[in-house]
Amino acid sequence: MWRGILGRKIGMTQFFTEDGKRVGVTVVEAGPCPVLQVRTQEKDGYDAYQLGFDPKTEKAANKAETGHAKKSGNGAMRFIREIRVEGGAELNEGDKVTLANWEDVGEVQVLSKSKGKGFQGVMKRHNFHGLRATHGVKTNPRHGGSIGSLTPARTPSGVKMPGHMGDEWVTQKGLSVAKVIPERNLIMLRGSVPGPAGGYVIIRPTQGYQPPVEKK
Amino acid sequence: MHPIINELEKEFMKKEVDSFEVGDTVDVHCRIVEGEKERVQIFNGVVIAKNGGGINESFTVRRLVQGQGVERIFPLHSPRIDKIVSKRRGRVQRAKLYYLRERVGKATRLREDDRENYKLDTKK
Repeated sequence: MWRGILGRKIGMTQFFTEDGKRVGVTVVEAGPCPVLQVRTQEKDGYDAYQLGFDPKTEKAANKAETGHAKKSGNGAMRFIREIRVEGGAELNEGDKVTLANWEDVGEVQVLSKSKGKGFQGVMKRHNFHGLRATHGVKTNPRHGGSIGSLTPARTPSGVKMPGHMGDEWVTQKGLSVAKVIPERNLIMLRGSVPGPAGGYVIIRPTQGYQPPVEKK
Repeated sequence: MHPIINELEKEFMKKEVDSFEVGDTVDVHCRIVEGEKERVQIFNGVVIAKNGGGINESFTVRRLVQGQGVERIFPLHSPRIDKIVSKRRGRVQRAKLYYLRERVGKATRLREDDRENYKLDTKK
């Protein structure tokens, strides 16, 4: 059974298990996502579903978006992503993807855009250790040090330097599913999800996940 | 806080929480699992702080054990807490009674609050 869904991060909270342990969870509102288009091997060279999430008002949508969604009988969507599928197509254009069959999903991966950190130095951005604060170091202790040697007398490409950090797509793996509430389109994941509350996320079950064997 | 989160928290929160205030001397009935058996243990002391809100709300109880101050922080909505019984209402002028930590002996006592609008509801 194929599963994958688009959603929006709502925020974090916690609840108690029966034995009194607190569990920190991220609440994600996921679906319903209409299938806007089915990509096939013959036509597109790969199999995937194009899902939409968060409908746009008629006023906000332009004609191209409206026309594209119209083919599957929907209005324009704010967040549209393709999720790959192995082999044949189970779903057709216009089908709605929901959390209805997610009860037995144990673990998921979440893709989302991390919070932007702006222009950051190497210590924050690449976990450099910086320079010594004492012993005659005369420059800023947060500098990165050397960026190359005398030969080849140039800086090799790919050297880690200061720059823009965050605001990039991040895959958070291994988040176990704490609770699924299909009738309210909510899924609760143990742990944190990248990005701000209100940010769009893609959720897909971990491939080949086996629930851990209970230790006695 | 997002309305959906508020709704979810409400479902997990206790419907009724025993009322108590900072400065109260309380008995906290907490269930402990000992091996196979479960029993109720009572932690008695003064509530010196309340923290957090919603399902995250917690309170700190301070007591003296053999002359040594012991503080326990309880999550208010934990299913491990059976009930909280207020024994005595202290008249206090601040929300956090951290100043009690620096006091020993007689100085740790709190004046009882028996004013009409504040005093402990003994009807229950």
